[in-house]
Amino acid sequence: MEYVSLFVKSIFVDNMIFAYFLGMCSYLAVSKNVKTANGLGLAVIFVLLCTLPLNYLLNKYVLQPGALSWLGGQFAEVDLSFLSFILFIAVIAAFVQLVEMVVERYLPSLYSSLGIFLPLIAVNCAILGGSLFMQQKDFANVGESAVYALGSGIGWYLAIVLLAAIREKMAYSNVPKPLKGIGITFITVGLMGIAFMIFMGISL
Amino acid sequence: MTLKETFLTPLFKGNPITVLVLGICSSLAVTVTLKGALVMALSVTVVTGLSNLVLSLLRKGIPNRVRIIVQLVVVALLVILVDQILKSIEVTFPIDKQLSVYIGLIITNCIVMGRIEAFALGNKPIPSLIDGLANGLGYGMILIVVAFFRELFGSGTLFGLQVMPAGYVTNNLVILPPFALILIGCIIWIHRSADKSLQEK
Repeated sequence: MEYVSLFVKSIFVDNMIFAYFLGMCSYLAVSKNVKTANGLGLAVIFVLLCTLPLNYLLNKYVLQPGALSWLGGQFAEVDLSFLSFILFIAVIAAFVQLVEMVVERYLPSLYSSLGIFLPLIAVNCAILGGSLFMQQKDFANVGESAVYALGSGIGWYLAIVLLAAIREKMAYSNVPKPLKGIGITFITVGLMGIAFMIFMGISL
Repeated sequence: MTLKETFLTPLFKGNPITVLVLGICSSLAVTVTLKGALVMALSVTVVTGLSNLVLSLLRKGIPNRVRIIVQLVVVALLVILVDQILKSIEVTFPIDKQLSVYIGLIITNCIVMGRIEAFALGNKPIPSLIDGLANGLGYGMILIVVAFFRELFGSGTLFGLQVMPAGYVTNNLVILPPFALILIGCIIWIHRSADKSLQEK
C-alpha cells in the first residue's frame, strides 16, 4: 500500500515538471511534436529507473555519515556526503553512455529516432534532481527508491506528451507576435501547472 | 567582439533565460523569496564565470571525445566548493533546505554547459571569464525581477521585511510554482515587444 501511495504521489503531487521545474530545458526544447516527445519521455523513465536505485545504494553504503561502517569500526565516523554531487553525476553520465552504446548496437532504429536526445539526458536536471531528492527523502529500502524513480519518470513523460500535443494544436492559433514560440509556451506550462495543482494536498 | 560587447550581450540581447531559454530548470523554484534568488544568482555567476575560465585554459589539452566528462568534473568540483561555502556560513546566514538541492542542480544547469560548449572552448581565458560572469548576471537579473514580484505580492515582504501596509491579504497564487512561468512569459513578451528582431516567425 505504501508503494502505491508513493507511486501516485510522485506522478501527480510531486510532479517533476509542475511542482519542481526539473528538466525544463529539454522539456521546452523537445516538445514541438508528440513523436519525439514520446521517445524522450520513455528514455527519461528508463534512465531514472536505472540510475536512481544505483545512486540509492551508493548513498546508503558509501556516502551517508557512518555509511562505511560495514568496512570496520574505524570507518564508522567517516562522512563522505560532500562527494555526492560528483559521484551521482558520474554514475548518471557513465550509465547514459552505456545505454547509448547498447541501444546503438542492438536497436539501431530506436537509436536513430532518439538521436541527440539520448546523450543529452546526462545533463537533464530531472535525473540528477531525482537522485538529490532521493537523498533528502531518506527512503527505507531500494524498492521504495525504484518506485519513486518510476513514478517521477512517468510524471515527466506525461507532462512532456501533454505539452507537445497542445503545441501541435497551437501552431494553428493566432498568437500575438512577441509571444509567439517560447513566450506562449511558458504561459501554457504555467496554466497546465495550475491545473495540476488540484492534486496538491491529497494524502493517500 | 570587443570585451564590452561580450559583457553586454548576455544581459539583454542574448539573455540566457528570455532569449536562449537555458537554465530554467533549477531557477524558478528559488524565486519565492528575494533572498533565495540572490543566493542562487550569486552561486550561478561564480560557477559559470570560473568554469568558463578553467575550461578555456584547458581547451587545447582536452580530447574532443571525453570533453563532456571533463566539463562535468570541473563544474561539479566548483559546485561542491560553492555548496560547502554556503554550508559553512549557514550559522550566520540560514538558507532554506530546499535551496541546497537546487544548488546541487547547478551542475546540470544548461547555462553552465551551454556557455562552455558555445564560448569557452573556442575563446581566450579573459573573454571567457567575462562571458561566464555576464551570463550569470543576466540569469540573476531575471531571477531577481521574478522574485521581487513574487515576494512582494505573495508575502507582502521584501527580503523578509514587511513592505505592504498592514491588512494586506497575501496572494497565494503568486507563491505557487506555475506563476513563475507565467511571469517569465510576460517578461519575454515585454522584451520581444521592445526588440522586434527577437520575435519568432
